[in-house]
Amino acid sequence: MSIATLFEIVLAAVVLGLAIWTITVSETYSAAVGFVAYGLLVALIWVRLDAVDVAMTEAAIGGGLGGIVLLGAAARLRESEAMTAERPGRVVRLCAAALSASIAMVLAVAVLILPDPAPTLAPTVISNAGATGLANPVTNVLMAFRAMDTMLEKVVLMLAIVGVWSLASDQAWGGRPGPRHEADPNGVLAFLARLTPPAGIVIGIYLLWTGADHPGGAFQGGAVLASMWLLVIMAGLADTPPVSSRSLRLILVAGPGVFLVVGLGGLCFGPAFLAYPVAFAKPLILGIEVAMTLTIAATLALLLAGAPERSATR
Amino acid sequence: MSAVTVFGLCAAAAVGVGLYGLITNPQPLRKIIAFNLLGSGVFLLFGIIGRRGAAAGSGNDPVPQALVITGVVVAFSATALAIALTLRLFETAGSMTLRSRAPTGPNSDPSAG
Amino acid sequence: MSIARDIMTIVGVSAGVFFFLAGTIGLLRFPDTLTRLHALTKADNLGLGLVVLGLLPQAGSVRDGLKLISIWMFALLAGATVSQLIARTARQRGPFT
Repeated sequence: MSIATLFEIVLAAVVLGLAIWTITVSETYSAAVGFVAYGLLVALIWVRLDAVDVAMTEAAIGGGLGGIVLLGAAARLRESEAMTAERPGRVVRLCAAALSASIAMVLAVAVLILPDPAPTLAPTVISNAGATGLANPVTNVLMAFRAMDTMLEKVVLMLAIVGVWSLASDQAWGGRPGPRHEADPNGVLAFLARLTPPAGIVIGIYLLWTGADHPGGAFQGGAVLASMWLLVIMAGLADTPPVSSRSLRLILVAGPGVFLVVGLGGLCFGPAFLAYPVAFAKPLILGIEVAMTLTIAATLALLLAGAPERSATR
Repeated sequence: MSAVTVFGLCAAAAVGVGLYGLITNPQPLRKIIAFNLLGSGVFLLFGIIGRRGAAAGSGNDPVPQALVITGVVVAFSATALAIALTLRLFETAGSMTLRSRAPTGPNSDPSAG
Repeated sequence: MSIARDIMTIVGVSAGVFFFLAGTIGLLRFPDTLTRLHALTKADNLGLGLVVLGLLPQAGSVRDGLKLISIWMFALLAGATVSQLIARTARQRGPFT
């Protein structure tokens, strides 16, 4: 057994242990902390699987932003925990354990008897890479070969934010999401929120730019930009924008909007929906990615901020 | 044992653990966390299948990778929406139960519960 | 030349891992928040620093090396800020375990 295999087994065992701890620990807040750690370790598994693009997305969005939103909710609901102590009965738990175990077994058997040689689309992707002028195959798939998925995913993000906003009470409709964060303007957090964003914005744009040829791209860059904005909001240096703001709404529809316009352009002047003319493929993709990054950053940050709670004037 | 087998079994177990938590944990927030664990197990299954389909020039089939990236973002937005719903439920009903019998909050709304 | 670089990497990363191990044991064993923070910052600052130092000889170019160092710098900055905030909250809430 090589050292690499040993490391993989230990990593898998730690991930599983964390998953079980996250499910069984009594406090919800601890479960959220466990989930963050789990997300970061799963990102390591993705690195071992040679999928660095996914690893970055998982660490930034799955573990990072997902963790923050869970931690925030767990902190707000902490007092209510004692009220809901009713656990399902023994029979239900036994049945659930049997069901889960059998599904895990079926999946494990399926993993062990996967067909050989494995079906793959990688050679097709690589042989068609010349059509777009991008060297990162994942970006190629996301932005060109399966661009429809990515466009619809932007629509899903928009629907999610519409869903979150529509949970506002009548008085708060059109107001600012989340509580107003007050922090010492000369404190450490405000210091960090002044020092980091310039570098963080550069890193976000770098991730977007380098995504053409290396691991990175609109999602990872957008997540970094979103976290910078959230840091400034949490330090009290800026407030969340009112959801009725027109410029904010324009940013939120920019990504899917540009995507749709380019797609319809392909339908009108080219062979099919979302067909890029080969000569302009790279500039078009980059244009869509820039719009998408802005939209992703704004949407992720606002999803974290939650439903509008305060009127816009305060 | 290769990386594919080790992580594949880990992914299968994560799906099982997540499913168990989803059924047995009574609190909505815990159900959301468990559902995310289940989802990440499914994503990992994509990952090992992509790893098996690796070809020259890439260590992992880019098509499942792109699907997983899309999936992670969609899972996050669904989580955020679910949490916003949970917070709203707590605000209107004053309790955190998903049971349909009457919530006992101060300004309880019979339709929310 | 490459052997010297490999030895530097092995020494640096091993020393870093030792600090991470010590910091984690401290985090689990120490009695209260402030001492646990003390243990954790050792792991974050010195452990990560030594790991980065050990990886520097393996960096292919100056640019990659600078990226590694900036990762360490950001982790230092974030770690220092967060431990300040945790320590302040712990002090305001009074001694607890």
